[in-house]
Amino acid sequence: MELVCPAGNLPSLKAAVDNGADAVYIGFRNETNARHFAGLNFDSKQITQGLDYAHSHGVKVYVAINTYPQPGNFAKWEGAVDQAAEYGVDALILADIGVMDYAAENWPELRLHLSVQGSATSHEAVRFYAEQFGVKRAVVPRVLSVKQVAALVDNSPIPIEVFGFGSLCVMVEGRCYLSSYVTGQGPNTFGACSPASFVRWTEADSKLETRLNGVLIDRVNKDENAGYPTICKGRFRVNDKTGYAIEEPTSLNTLPILPDLLRIGVAAIKIEGRQRSPAYVAKVTRVLRAAIDSCVRDPDNFLPDQAWLSELTSLSEGVQTTLGAYQREWQ
Amino acid sequence: MSAASTSARVRLSLGPIQYHWSKETMLDFYRTIESSPVDIVYLGETVCSKRRSFRHQDWIEVAERLQAAGKEVVLSTLALLEADSELGYVRKLCSNGKFTIEANDMSAVQMLAGKAHFIGGASLNIYNPGTLNKLVGLGMTRWVLPVELSKSVLAGFQKEMPAGIESEVFGWGRLPLAYSARCYTARAHEVSKDDCANCCIDYPDGLMLSTREDKGFLVINGIQTQSARVHSLVHELNDPATELDILRISPQSTHTDRVISLFDQVRAGTLEATETSHELEPFAPVGLCDGYWHDAAGMAACGGAGGP
Repeated sequence: MELVCPAGNLPSLKAAVDNGADAVYIGFRNETNARHFAGLNFDSKQITQGLDYAHSHGVKVYVAINTYPQPGNFAKWEGAVDQAAEYGVDALILADIGVMDYAAENWPELRLHLSVQGSATSHEAVRFYAEQFGVKRAVVPRVLSVKQVAALVDNSPIPIEVFGFGSLCVMVEGRCYLSSYVTGQGPNTFGACSPASFVRWTEADSKLETRLNGVLIDRVNKDENAGYPTICKGRFRVNDKTGYAIEEPTSLNTLPILPDLLRIGVAAIKIEGRQRSPAYVAKVTRVLRAAIDSCVRDPDNFLPDQAWLSELTSLSEGVQTTLGAYQREWQ
Repeated sequence: MSAASTSARVRLSLGPIQYHWSKETMLDFYRTIESSPVDIVYLGETVCSKRRSFRHQDWIEVAERLQAAGKEVVLSTLALLEADSELGYVRKLCSNGKFTIEANDMSAVQMLAGKAHFIGGASLNIYNPGTLNKLVGLGMTRWVLPVELSKSVLAGFQKEMPAGIESEVFGWGRLPLAYSARCYTARAHEVSKDDCANCCIDYPDGLMLSTREDKGFLVINGIQTQSARVHSLVHELNDPATELDILRISPQSTHTDRVISLFDQVRAGTLEATETSHELEPFAPVGLCDGYWHDAAGMAACGGAGGP
């Protein structure tokens, strides 16, 4: 089971490599990837250095080109594919059919993975990408229970990668327009959810309010921690109750079900978080590496170490974790 | 035709019912549609497979009645597939042999590719001509613009679109904004999806989610999240430069027949779009929006949709 770790910059890439990643995934410094944040991602010099560092340590590098080009800007995505191919990256992580078609046509030897942004949740959907573009692996959205992941792995023509730790998208990735509804910019078109330029923190009546393009996402007491105003983690009123109507601020953590993921044949576990710091990447990678190794050695008696769990919890949104959709009760 | 020369040639379609209604309500609803001026009717459960007011045979019977009434009938598939049973039902729809399918996920495309003509739904993520052309090569004859894309994006497509491919846009209704494994209606009832007892049937137009300033923001519809504002492109029907072939009206539990009638009159040129505002606004209690169509935030009201 491969451990795939995020890197938003060169120090994070090195942190992932040094702490036990089997593969690192990165993006270019533009809207061709789903973490299009100011100051993040790789220019050509950094990509070359990152590839050298990873490859000299036997670690693979995948490049995410996983947003959706539109008429008039397709050339930028083609350019990203060409650039990644010329650098000799180990795989591209793609979401858009047009981009996939271009990559398969022009770089037939280049390994392609289906991004989580491609929204494939069934073996028939995965088969489409495998047959049409020769895709070699699919990353699946965080919507399937463990049993459903098992059925997918059994019937899929290609290996399946799942999310193991990090921020939790509760909506099917690649089909969530909440951010663009409020701001005009969202993951598919702009490569970011709830972009920082639309965020405002203001004080009112001893409360701290967080707004996204004017829409009140949450209001907390001044002594409370105000989270980032991701729409799905805000507090709203439904019927007569006010609370986290969609999801609480929390992170996904699969340590408790690692033996299940291993047993059902999941090919790779991905850590979310290219926007996180090198220190975060180092800590999470180290814990996941130790956990996977321990699980592979003795899956029947695997129990997550308390120290690992507390370290991951301390790094989580809202200082709490969940199994998300893997566990049916969550749904 | 990829470009209608006059707005009168825009056809009106009725989208699938996005909510959970009783069998009687659905039968009554589609009886009124038989004599309505919509040209195309999309039928089927696209949100949650636990909603079973209609069995397969009920859908087919309604489809046949609407077809006999002169409507083009299309069967729409689930947008989010998780269980094998859901895949099985999509397979059954795709092999019905009589009605065209609107594929709302790539599983349905995979089942239809090279075998039957199909319509690419708004959730297929057709964002550029490269994607569109690939799907056309596999049998797609009509596509629905993803709801977050604009009039200028559609115009960009039309420059590179093969002849004969029809473009459809979501022209009236609450925008489908997201799908999830979790059922938010069940969550509002403090139960999980497995124990939902089909509680969404009590909310025939979904469940309002408001901000802490009591502003209607989103609408919860089971595993789907919608906009609270109603997206309206009625003005496009009056625009001689409009290049769309089909405009879709999404059903609500009340007044859908009136909305269809107003859109039809605007299309026919017997009513100005601006004159519909006072009639349409009461059907949009949180306001109208059309931001996406104008390259703005989806919730914005730009091109005369009328603000909240």
